[in-house]
Amino acid sequence: MSIDTFLILEKIILVVIIIAASMGVAAYSTWAERKVAAVMQDRIGPLRAGPFGLLQPLADGGKLFFKEEIVPDNSTKWLFMLAPAMFIFTSLMTSAIIPWGPDFVINGSEGARTVALQVADINIGILYVFGVVSIGVYGIMLGGWASNNKFSLLSAIRAASQAISYELALGLSLIALLMLTGTLSLRTIVEQQHGFWDGNYFTWNFFKQPLGFIIFLVCSFAELNRAPFDMPESESELNMGYHLEYSSMKLGMFLFAEYINMFISSAVLATLFFGGYNFPWMDQVQAAVPSGIFSLICVGVLMAKVVGFILFFMFVRWTLPRFRFDQLLNLGWTKLIPLALFNMLVTGAVILFFFNKK
Amino acid sequence: MSLHDIIFWILSLWAIVCAIFVVISRNPVNSVLFLIATFFAISGHYILMNAQFLAIVNIIVYAGAIMVLFLFVIMLMNLNTDTEPQKSRLVHFAALISAGSLLLVVLSAFRKAELTQIPVTDAGDIGLIKVLGKTLFDHYVLPFELSSVLFLAAMVGAMVIGRKEVVEEKSTK
Repeated sequence: MSIDTFLILEKIILVVIIIAASMGVAAYSTWAERKVAAVMQDRIGPLRAGPFGLLQPLADGGKLFFKEEIVPDNSTKWLFMLAPAMFIFTSLMTSAIIPWGPDFVINGSEGARTVALQVADINIGILYVFGVVSIGVYGIMLGGWASNNKFSLLSAIRAASQAISYELALGLSLIALLMLTGTLSLRTIVEQQHGFWDGNYFTWNFFKQPLGFIIFLVCSFAELNRAPFDMPESESELNMGYHLEYSSMKLGMFLFAEYINMFISSAVLATLFFGGYNFPWMDQVQAAVPSGIFSLICVGVLMAKVVGFILFFMFVRWTLPRFRFDQLLNLGWTKLIPLALFNMLVTGAVILFFFNKK
Repeated sequence: MSLHDIIFWILSLWAIVCAIFVVISRNPVNSVLFLIATFFAISGHYILMNAQFLAIVNIIVYAGAIMVLFLFVIMLMNLNTDTEPQKSRLVHFAALISAGSLLLVVLSAFRKAELTQIPVTDAGDIGLIKVLGKTLFDHYVLPFELSSVLFLAAMVGAMVIGRKEVVEEKSTK
């Protein structure tokens, strides 16, 4: 088995860039969240650190690093340490299969070389996302349990039941999409959404699966523990829930991982439903510029969509009040799952009767 | 030794050590965590055999859903060494007999095992989702549908049992 050294080098560089970018976006999401909240509540928001408070994330990070590290006496120490690491690890894992841009060609001395802007194109694609999402809840559960605090335990239990309930609807809403695409590979799904208009209809999956998109979006709010579904950490009743006993950078990792999760799931949403890196008139642009620049433009387009989703997540958080927990489970089991099943049925029927390519 | 062999041995060692810790750890939460680690090792084996679909489904269903529920129940019951129930002699005796008979079965299975056999590392395309789906819905469509009916029956059964308790609680109040 020969190993392509350049391939490994290329992938390592890509992984480092993606992780650095995720961290950067997550850091500035905290700043954006405060600014959005401030604007929506008619306040000014962070202002003192740098112009427009742009250095605020650095100041927060520095503060968290130098805080005292407290491990509760009655906690299960190794799990208490492991939980934040696991949470941030699972939140970064999904980024491996997102296609960030189209391939581009480098003309080196040894001939042309095609570089893919995706760490791994695996044929189980979207199922990998499910796998990571389903093990993502362990960080919260273990953190909450290991803290040995009643509030944390309650929050861990809430997180687990919420995650399991909404995973079902999430999966069912995607089945309808997968019936259309006929593949699990995220790369192929993005390539199918090429451009914006294919002569007859929109190519983006959002226009083919509006109901599926809405169900998926609601479920990703629940999976992200974002308001209005932020039951595990509802500060008014559980006092921050699972990260109540955490301090210093361990707390920082929990908070940070949530923003990374938001970034990654915005990228997944954009990839699955909003065309990924595709944009209208991309063929004309491709013909006009060299392939490296074109790839960069595509990455920029995907990032713009991601930022749009992140802002949407924030607008919702500062607009809607929190659900009650029984309402939350009720919505998941008795509304979203039947709706997703209905969507699946309709999609199947339409494909069978109108688009049967036999 | 090729790369496949090395990964195979690492995964096997990982799976066996974690499985042993599932049995011997005193704290049930640790047992559950070691079981999850074992599932990951087994998924690694599936990937070595080019069965990516089975690998990821193993993680989604077992590590991601069933073990979360296990952990959930154990956390709620708050089991630890202080509250460990004292089991009667009869239970100890029954455990000894069943473990002994399992040992017999395992020994008789291992007696004829060939230690020189090379581990299968690449079992072709059967584990890939497209091939697996076609096989399931072409050749095994009846068993597949029957097993889903069985699942449905089990699900309805669980709901009936769950519902009954609620009704009883209300009537006793």
